[in-house]
Amino acid sequence: MKCDIVLAGVGGQGVLSISSIIAWGAMKQGMHVKQSEVHGMAQRGGAVQANLRLADQPVASDLVPLGTADLIVSMEPMEALRYLTYLAPTGTLITASEPVRNIPNYPDLERLLAEVRRLDRAIIVESEKLARKAGSARASNMVMVGAAAHLLPVPPETIAELIRQTFARKGDKVVEINLKAFAAGREAAA
Amino acid sequence: MSEQVLLGDEAVALGAVHAGITAAYAYPGTPSTEIVEYLKGYQARHGKPLARWTANEKTAYEEALGVSMVGRRTLVAMKHVGLNVAADPFMNSSIVPIHGGLVVAVADDPGMHSSQNEQDSRYFADFARVPCFEPADQQQAYEMTREAFDLSERFHVPVLVRLVTRLAHSRAVVRLGDGRAENPLAKSPDKSGWILLPSNARVQWRKLLDRFGEIEAAIADSRFNVLELGPTSGGLGVITTGLARNYFLEHRAALGASPATLHVGAYPFPVAKIRALAARVERLLVIEEGYPFLERYLRGILPPALEIQGKLSGQLPLDGELTPDIVGRALGREPPRLRTPPAELVVGRPPQLCAGCPHGDTYAALKSVLAAFAVPLVTADIGCYTLGALPPYQAIESCVCMGASVSMAKGAADAGLHPAVAVIGDSTFLHSGVTPLMDVVASQAKMTLIILDNSTVAMTGGQDTLLPSRALREIVLGVGIAAEHFHEVELHARHKDKIAEVIRREIDYAGPSVIIARRECLETAKRKKSTAA
Repeated sequence: MKCDIVLAGVGGQGVLSISSIIAWGAMKQGMHVKQSEVHGMAQRGGAVQANLRLADQPVASDLVPLGTADLIVSMEPMEALRYLTYLAPTGTLITASEPVRNIPNYPDLERLLAEVRRLDRAIIVESEKLARKAGSARASNMVMVGAAAHLLPVPPETIAELIRQTFARKGDKVVEINLKAFAAGREAAA
Repeated sequence: MSEQVLLGDEAVALGAVHAGITAAYAYPGTPSTEIVEYLKGYQARHGKPLARWTANEKTAYEEALGVSMVGRRTLVAMKHVGLNVAADPFMNSSIVPIHGGLVVAVADDPGMHSSQNEQDSRYFADFARVPCFEPADQQQAYEMTREAFDLSERFHVPVLVRLVTRLAHSRAVVRLGDGRAENPLAKSPDKSGWILLPSNARVQWRKLLDRFGEIEAAIADSRFNVLELGPTSGGLGVITTGLARNYFLEHRAALGASPATLHVGAYPFPVAKIRALAARVERLLVIEEGYPFLERYLRGILPPALEIQGKLSGQLPLDGELTPDIVGRALGREPPRLRTPPAELVVGRPPQLCAGCPHGDTYAALKSVLAAFAVPLVTADIGCYTLGALPPYQAIESCVCMGASVSMAKGAADAGLHPAVAVIGDSTFLHSGVTPLMDVVASQAKMTLIILDNSTVAMTGGQDTLLPSRALREIVLGVGIAAEHFHEVELHARHKDKIAEVIRREIDYAGPSVIIARRECLETAKRKKSTAA
C-alpha cells in the first residue's frame, strides 16, 4: 500500500502544516514516511509545494514521480493545475476554490475551475468560506485536510487528535476553530 | 534505541550532538540553516553544546578550528556558496593536525531553489584532499555525521558531509544511537603543525599526501560504499552516489534483470570497487546529484572500450536537479502519459516581497530619485531584497555574492559611472559589506550605500542578526564615513518623501555616503508579537 501526495499552494497558506499533520498521522499508523518541503526564497508569496509519501514499505525517493500521485491537495486552484502532471490516472485532485491573485496575469477563474471539474476525480472546496464560518480564515488549511481525509490512510479521529495537539499551545479557542474547520472540510467532500 | 522524525539537516545536527561536539557555528543559508537552528534549540533545552550564528562562514570555520586545536569536537555548517567564503581556512585546515574532530556540513542546492549557482562541494573535498560523506537519506545523514568525527580524529583532517536540498529539507524517521561524551579540554600536542609557515606547511602537506593512502583504504572499505554485483555479468551496470540512489531504487524493480550496482556514499572514490563493477559490465550508467564528479573521474581509470553514460554523455542533464523521472528515462523506462492543463491557465508565480515590506518603500523612493538620471546603476546583494529585481520594482541590477553590492558600486564609480548606488541588507552588510566599505572610504569613491535594515536575517526565516541595529552606526562611522554623509532614516508611511530626499542629496555629493533605511521586517515583528502573546 502506498499513498503519494503532492501538496500545493502559495507561500504563507499553511501548506507545510497540512503536510506535517498528515505525515504525523501516518507515522502513528506505523507507516513509512518521507516528507519533502520547500524552504527559503520560494516561500515569499511564490508557488510552493510539498511532497508527502506514505507507504507500508520503505520509501526510496523523497520526490513523487510524475503521473503517480494518488492525491493532489491544493490551497489554490491555479496551483492545483500546476502539478497536474503528477496525478496518477486513478488519482484525485482536491483544491480550494478561492484564488490568490498576487500576480497581474492571473488566468480566468471560471476556466480554471472548469478545467478542474473535467477531471474524473476532482473535489472543489470553498475552504476560506468554510474556515471563516468555523471562526477564522487562517484555518483554511485544516478545511483542506478534512476534504482529503476520506482518501488518507489515517483515521479521521487520529487526525483530529493531532490537530488538538498541534494547536494546543495556542489555546482552546484556536483548537476548536481548527477542529470545526476539519469537520467542515470532511462534510464538504462527502 | 529511540526514534525521531528529523529533517536531513536536523539529522546532521543530532548526529553531531551524539558525537559529543562542544560547539557548532554557522551563518544562515538555505538549505543549511536548520542545522544550527536545531542546535540552538537543543542548547536552549539542554544547556549545551554551544550553538552560535557567526558573522560569516569564514569566521564560523575559524572558530571551529580553534575548538579543534584545544581538543574538542566541533561542527561548522554552511550552504555551498558559503564554502567559497570559508575556502581559505577550509583549504588550509586540511594540512593542520586537526585534534578534536572537525566536521563541515555543506548543503548544496542543485536546481538553485534558493541560490545563485549549483556548485558541487565534493570538488572542494577533493581539492583539499579530505574525506567526504554523501548521505542518501536522513538515517545516513545522522550516522555519517557521527562517523565523520571519528574519521577526523583518526586521520587528523577535517571531514566534509555533503547534503543536497532534497535531503536537507525532507523529513523521515531516524533511529538514534547513544550519545558520546565531550572530549576533555586538551591542547593539540603538535607544536609546529598549526603554524603554516612555508617550512612547516611543506612538512604538513607531505604528511597529508603520505597519509592519503590510509584514508583511501579506510574509505574503500566503508559500509557506505556498497557493491552489489549480482549473479549475471554483461549488460548495464549502475553507479549511484548520495541521494541519487533513491531515484534509481524507484525503478529497479521494473527493470527486469537487476543491474550490477555500486553505491558511493564516501570519498575518496573506492577505486577497487569501481574497477570490480566495470569488469563485469558492458555499459555503465552514472547517476549523481550535482556535477558529473565521479563520471569524469571514471574516464581516467576505466578501459576506454567501456561505455560510460551519465551527464557528460547526455543521458542525464548537466544542470538542474535529478528527479525520479529523469533517472527513469536514463534507465530506458518509458515515461507515463501525463495530463497537462492548457498552458495559458497556469502562469508563473515568482516569490515576491511581502505586501507592506519596508524594502518596497525604499525601492520606490530610490527609483523615483534615479528617474532623473540617464544611466544610473544600482548594485544589490543577497537576501529578501534581491526580489526587488522582479516586477513591480525592477529596482536593482546585480546580485553576485555576499557583499559584492558595495565593491561593485565602487568599481563602477571608479570607472566613471554616476550615480552608483549599492543596496545591501543589514545582515549581509555585517557578513561581507564592512570590508569593501573600507575600500570605499580609502579611495573616497563617489557612491552611495543604502543599508536596508530590517533588523533580522529575513530570507532564511528571521534569525537574529549578529549585532543589533544600533551597532551599525558605530561601524559605519568607525570605518570612516563622514558623519554629515551618514543618515539613519526610519521608514514611515506618513513621511515617505524623507528617504527620497536623503538619497537625492547624497547622490549629488562627490564622495562616499551611507544611508540606513530602517524598519523591522513584517514577518519578524509578527512572530515577536505572537511569541510575546
